Amino acid sequence: MRLTCTVNGDRHEVDDVWEGESLLYVLRERMGLPGSKNACEQGECGSCTVYLDGVPVCACLVAAGQAQGREVGTVEGLAGPGELHPVQEAFLEAGAVQCGFCTPGLLVATDDLVRRSRAEGRRPADAEIREALAGNLCRCTGYEKILDAVRLAADRMAGEAR
Amino acid sequence: MEFLQPATWEEALEARAASRDAVPIAGGTDVMVGINFGRLRPALLLDLTRVPELQQWGTDDGAVRLGAGVPYARVITELGDRLPGLAMAARTIGSPQIRNRGTVGGNLATASPAGDAHPALLAAGAEVEVASVRGTRRIPVADFYRGVKRSALADDELVAAVRIPPRTGPQQYSKIGTRNAMVIAVAAFGLALHPDRRAVGTGIGSAAPTPRRAPAAEEFLAGELDGLWESRAELPPATAARFGELVAGAAAPIDDVRGTARYRVHALSVMARRTLTWAWADYRKGDPACA
Repeated sequence: MRLTCTVNGDRHEVDDVWEGESLLYVLRERMGLPGSKNACEQGECGSCTVYLDGVPVCACLVAAGQAQGREVGTVEGLAGPGELHPVQEAFLEAGAVQCGFCTPGLLVATDDLVRRSRAEGRRPADAEIREALAGNLCRCTGYEKILDAVRLAADRMAGEAR
Repeated sequence: MEFLQPATWEEALEARAASRDAVPIAGGTDVMVGINFGRLRPALLLDLTRVPELQQWGTDDGAVRLGAGVPYARVITELGDRLPGLAMAARTIGSPQIRNRGTVGGNLATASPAGDAHPALLAAGAEVEVASVRGTRRIPVADFYRGVKRSALADDELVAAVRIPPRTGPQQYSKIGTRNAMVIAVAAFGLALHPDRRAVGTGIGSAAPTPRRAPAAEEFLAGELDGLWESRAELPPATAARFGELVAGAAAPIDDVRGTARYRVHALSVMARRTLTWAWADYRKGDPACA
């Protein structure tokens, strides 16, 4: 089947999509966007977290056809070409990246959290950060640095809020 | 494989009637796992995410009519006041990503004994509204579950909505797993106090072939609360303990990879005692919603 959707602001059209295919497969194998990672394929690990119409979801659990006509946002779309998003900068500076496989999903989940708290004019509490990232597993278990990175990103993005 | 995306409820029911082996998909949290791992190869995937009626909830005849496609995230943010037990259950489900996609309708259609919504729906006394081209019928949720992953849904029917009486008193939900997020319940328990009709509702999860109520525990507690509803006096600890025993006695668990039958029975007695203690403490505070 043919699938048409918007990814990171650009309209994509792909043919010969198998009906049982996941959005994750389409992004990685048919659209040349391998940023979203394929790890568990069962929604347990969060490595494939993307925005679907602005809501974070596991791309491995979205049937390709369910994305027809929808807006998808991936880690590749967080910042412009050659640039880093404040969340990405914070992860680098805090040393929150070890093997890096979970990082794309964590970046999208963090971006969502920080954007939501900023819209409410506040910084996320630690308990809120833990809850927001509960669906993203890091098997290197670098969680402390990841939490540092989220706090740093939240501080910086709160600063630019005005 | 075919992929059908009906835009209306009528189209969805016609497609279901025309293809009895179609697999309906909403949030995909069960169906896509089956497909990704090669365990499920349906001839037709029937995508219900474009049917507007399924994405809505409203009040009808005193009940909250929750469309089958409303995700758990919205149950938490929009219905926490009216359906506190279901909202508590929803908070224990998966992760934010899963709660953004998974639906109560999907939980019902899958009918897993470990489905997190079931104990809350049983305790609240919900009804499942199912439909086909033949018409619509309502099934009390306690009669909906027919076996492990089997339900009363006929092969031409779809879950339209679940109708849940709004709270008239405190509700509680408790779930045991290896950690807080991303776990399938080892055992779960839902409790609803119904002061309006001087009754008690219970729901047991992950401890029998189907989700089920604990009728003897409900009757016992309703008897013990006779008089206490008005006085709002303290609940004797022995009453809470006996309630826990009766809830545990209603279970029929097995040993499996997540836990032993013995542990599940013990966990249920503790969860039942604790949730009752919390709920009764709330009731004694004279929560205005139960006045």
